[in-house]
Amino acid sequence: MENLIALLIAAPLLGAVVLLCGGRRLDRTGHWLGTALAGASFLIGVVLFAGMLGESADERTLHQRLFSWIPVEGFQADIAFQLDQLSMTFVLLITGVGTLIHIYSIGYMEHDERRRRFFGYLNLFLSAMLLLVLADNYLLLYFGWEGVGLASYLLIGFWQHKPSAATAAKKAFLVNRVGDIGLSIAIMLMFTTFGTFAFGPVLGSVGETGEGTLTAIGLMLLLAACGKSAQVPLQSWLGDAMEGPTPVSALIHAATMVTAGVYLIVRSGAIFNAAPDAQLVVVVVGAVTLLFGAVVGCAKDDIKKALAGSTMSQIGYMILAAGLGPIGYVFAIMHLVTHGFFKAGLFLGAGSVMHGMNDEVDMRKYGGLRKHMPITFVTFGLGYLAIIGFPGLSGFFSKDKIIESAFAKGGAEGWILGAVTLLGAAITAFYMTRVMLMTFFGEKRWQPDAEGHEPHPHESPRSMTIPMIVLAFGSVFAGGFFGIGDRFLNWLEPVTGYDHGHAPISAATVTTATVVVLLIGVGVAWLMYGRRPVPVLAPRGSLLTRAARRDLYQDDINHAVLVRGGEHLTRSLVYVDHTLVDGVVNGTAASVGGLSGRLRKMQNGYARSYAVSMFGGTAVLIAATLLMRAV
Amino acid sequence: MNPVNYLYLAALLFTIGAAGVLIRRNAIVVFMCIELMLNACNLTLVAFSRMHGNLDGQIIAFFVMVVAAAEVVVGLAIIVSLFRSRHSASVDDASLMKL
Amino acid sequence: MSFPLLTATAVVPAVGAIVVAAVPAGRRSAAKVLALAFSLITLALAAVVFLRFEPGGDRYQLTESHAWIAEFGVRYELGVDGIGVALIALTALLIPFIVLAGWNDADPQETGNSRWRPTQGFFALILMVEAMVILSFEATDVFLFYILFEAMLIPMYFLIGGFGDRAHAGSDQKAAAQRSYAAVKFLLYNLVGGLVMLAAVIGLYVVAGSFSLTEIAEARASGQLEMATNTERLLFLGFFFAFAIKAPLWPLHTWLPNAMGEATTPVAVLITAVVDKVGTFAMLRFCLQLFPEASKWATPVILVLALISIVYGALLAVGQRDIKRLIAYASISHFGFIVLGIFAMTSQGQSGATLYMVNHGLSTAALMLVAGFLITRRGSRLIADYGGVQKVAPVLAGTFLIGGLATLSLPGLAPFVSEFLVLVGTFARYPVAGIIATSGIVLAALYTLVLYQRTMTGPVKAEVKTMPDLKPRELAVVLPLIALLIFLGVFPKPLTEIVNPAVEHTMSDVQQKDPRPEVEAAK
Repeated sequence: MENLIALLIAAPLLGAVVLLCGGRRLDRTGHWLGTALAGASFLIGVVLFAGMLGESADERTLHQRLFSWIPVEGFQADIAFQLDQLSMTFVLLITGVGTLIHIYSIGYMEHDERRRRFFGYLNLFLSAMLLLVLADNYLLLYFGWEGVGLASYLLIGFWQHKPSAATAAKKAFLVNRVGDIGLSIAIMLMFTTFGTFAFGPVLGSVGETGEGTLTAIGLMLLLAACGKSAQVPLQSWLGDAMEGPTPVSALIHAATMVTAGVYLIVRSGAIFNAAPDAQLVVVVVGAVTLLFGAVVGCAKDDIKKALAGSTMSQIGYMILAAGLGPIGYVFAIMHLVTHGFFKAGLFLGAGSVMHGMNDEVDMRKYGGLRKHMPITFVTFGLGYLAIIGFPGLSGFFSKDKIIESAFAKGGAEGWILGAVTLLGAAITAFYMTRVMLMTFFGEKRWQPDAEGHEPHPHESPRSMTIPMIVLAFGSVFAGGFFGIGDRFLNWLEPVTGYDHGHAPISAATVTTATVVVLLIGVGVAWLMYGRRPVPVLAPRGSLLTRAARRDLYQDDINHAVLVRGGEHLTRSLVYVDHTLVDGVVNGTAASVGGLSGRLRKMQNGYARSYAVSMFGGTAVLIAATLLMRAV
Repeated sequence: MNPVNYLYLAALLFTIGAAGVLIRRNAIVVFMCIELMLNACNLTLVAFSRMHGNLDGQIIAFFVMVVAAAEVVVGLAIIVSLFRSRHSASVDDASLMKL
Repeated sequence: MSFPLLTATAVVPAVGAIVVAAVPAGRRSAAKVLALAFSLITLALAAVVFLRFEPGGDRYQLTESHAWIAEFGVRYELGVDGIGVALIALTALLIPFIVLAGWNDADPQETGNSRWRPTQGFFALILMVEAMVILSFEATDVFLFYILFEAMLIPMYFLIGGFGDRAHAGSDQKAAAQRSYAAVKFLLYNLVGGLVMLAAVIGLYVVAGSFSLTEIAEARASGQLEMATNTERLLFLGFFFAFAIKAPLWPLHTWLPNAMGEATTPVAVLITAVVDKVGTFAMLRFCLQLFPEASKWATPVILVLALISIVYGALLAVGQRDIKRLIAYASISHFGFIVLGIFAMTSQGQSGATLYMVNHGLSTAALMLVAGFLITRRGSRLIADYGGVQKVAPVLAGTFLIGGLATLSLPGLAPFVSEFLVLVGTFARYPVAGIIATSGIVLAALYTLVLYQRTMTGPVKAEVKTMPDLKPRELAVVLPLIALLIFLGVFPKPLTEIVNPAVEHTMSDVQQKDPRPEVEAAK
């Protein structure tokens, strides 16, 4: 059974290699191959899952060791995999949603001449992401971590001829690299502390070292998570990453890759449990991002950027839950899975809208699309209801649990976190209702483009609608399936542990409060965008709106400090290198040259002047010898 | 006769030769002065050989003569070819070897 | 007496150089084929060395020893340890690619003078350099090593000064002037280092009475040969200075960007991927082994210089406008990592540094040679002259990207393994240095991706529109390198296996033990 684990990764990897090296002759069939291999990986995942269900809860972990990766004195890194309930959850999410998005992309990318390469990159992403969640040590996880970063880079910049896409891709990679510093240092700290960085030994011997070291490791892991999961202060790349094709946004920048940070923290739970200070920072980062993303999401007119803000905010929820410790780990992952369904569905819906609207992304130029795209409207609507936490749908179960856990943290911290999560829920309801109203309701606002083509909104082909329908099913039912009877809790608890915490208020109260804030958010949005027509040109807006449109000035600060500062630094260094460092060298050379130039003048070419100096020199020498002898 | 007198004579000849090399411009004369200096040295060598009672100095003098003969051959050839190309035997005209 | 395998690995390219140089003027392609053939035979011999070497065996294997200048006790002594084997393999492996990549770079531009044979000279010089570099990796006699260390400057000088990059912005005369400036700078820089080293070599002979590395090292280890602290330090500095110029380490680096910028790309690869490795190799072999105490004494300063090299080189790479100079500064940053790993004095650091030498050779070769193909097509080295190449030449862009990703040490490609080992090894002993060096990974990503973005993406520039994609000859250069980068990134065991024992020996030379993990140390 465990031998299948490597196949999970190998199938999409094979696809990537064949598609990227295969050349043009695969242009016509390549996408089918890519999709088939993604599907194969999903099937293997299902087989493994079935096998796992057959075991008792304690014996569900599988190991597979392939070979020794980096064997150096005192340093062992293996290519080895570990499949437990946590990894299994991710495997099913990644391959399941991944396969659906492959299918969707067949239609979405139909007219792109580089479709084969697109599928190659998608396959590459799948295998790297699977490697990330299946690795049994942190270094191999780092391998997958960077692998998904590369795939993300390639896919964000897929339309490379657009300078904005190329810049966004580069930015994503660089910001992620900053996070990678954290992961590198964390691994190095583990190595110097425990002598290893395999999950088992490290997490098993956490008790043998001091809290200071663990806090440092925890903070470094958090830095890594911030980079990958677009959490404050490394969140700035996610909005720009929407330059990539929409299926990419759905798969990588909503459902799977960006949640890798949550995986990292939950996986390293033992370390965080023993380092409360680090946990506190995790919670703060989660809380700040959850509000940050939500506020940004309220102001964006670009449908994908609004959804990106929402992704940031939802991952903030997950990080916050993960920072709560054993109270929240399970719910962080549960929200991650349900979010994977509804956010992927929402993005695919957005892609479908763009597909019908000549790639227009400005929601102010949509309006009334529900009549033109009924399937998209229904599936998007179900995703919408799920994300705002409408009772009975997926998001309700998972988000409600996180809010409960936040309160259950206890003390003042619990109250503050509870309030923040509730506020986040209200804003979520607001901005998602705004997206919904601006896109599908109201009057049509689209106009002919510069060349006079008026968009003709139409429903997308079946290859695109079927994945949307499947994901809509997930958005509706997954939460209930997981939440009712604590199914998900029982499944994951052996890996992550669970703690009830001490809730100051009853679950029913929290649920009621959640529903109330939800209704308030929806109501306000309806008052602003449903009751009166939406202007095609964005109004100037309040100070907060303008700030939120510019991502709360985060990019401006980055630009002023890092980009400008960096440019000045490198430019002055180039100058220093040329004038100072090289100047010393050239100066030495020049002074030697100058000296010899002077000396050269003595060589006037007249034989007799040479003879004089010769005689003179001899005379001086003889005189000196005689004098020496006399003394 | 006191052999030291030969040394005085040699010193005188050498000085005359050196002065000639430094002062005269005609290559032939300079050349002759060099020969004069060489022979002054020979005289010194032979004188010392006589004074010390061994033959080393005389042997060296022979070597010097051989070398001087060879030098005359080469040197005169150079002077002749210089004269042919420049129609002058002045050493100051041949100053092109500087950079 | 057994077959002198090590001598053969150097004699074959040397003979090749003579044969190639003797090819008549009209038979240019014969010279090329011959050069390739000789470099391939050398590669085969190097492969035999690699296979015959037993990781668990003696420290120096396949040894040869003959009297040479008996009066001074100079011997022709050869022997390889794992580090030497790895670097011989790298050199022998890269030369065929360099020859293949430079196939047409040295063809005479005007065919007026029928006796003018630049092609023959170019390839003969490359083979000559190969012979000397390989022999210097094998020499266990300090004097022999010194001679080779200096002698390789001569062919390198002619390669840089005589065969310039045709893609030059200025006029032919200006190009020639800059080329000769770069070549003279290269020569003088290295000669100064060599002179100081010569003084130290003589000093070593006066103190130790022998030039034999093995003898001196043994005498030192057994306590028979005591050196006064100051003597040892001075001798160490003499050696280290020469190696730091060759490596090159900040602030002795300024010859490299000029030399790499002005030379043809194959020669630039030869400089940075092959010849410079002699410097770092010699630090590991001579500095640490002959002067262990002085090495420890100098470590703090050297670590600081290495860190400056890493950050400074990377920052300057970001600020470059010329593709080749950018790669040169990136190399300076990478050499900082190598020196850091060597002087961190941990098994991981030194194994990492050795692997780094090999991997850097492969990754720079891949990146630089593709950059060379690109530059030849467009006739310019300025980044600003490119844009949108990806659209017209996707294979070229793809291979360029992989070379770039190797340069920024992406996991899965070979440089990651070595860079991480260096970082871990440094961190274990000097955490602050480890953290500073880690920041280099962001800067590496910055200069690589900026280079890729500006040249390959965006709208297609008019001058680039007709650019052809890679030709079969060029693919034959790039694809094997990429395959090796991936193979060694996922399965570096063949290399670590032979390098580990050598590193253990070095570690015991300097009497250092790895820091123990905190958890174990507490028990």
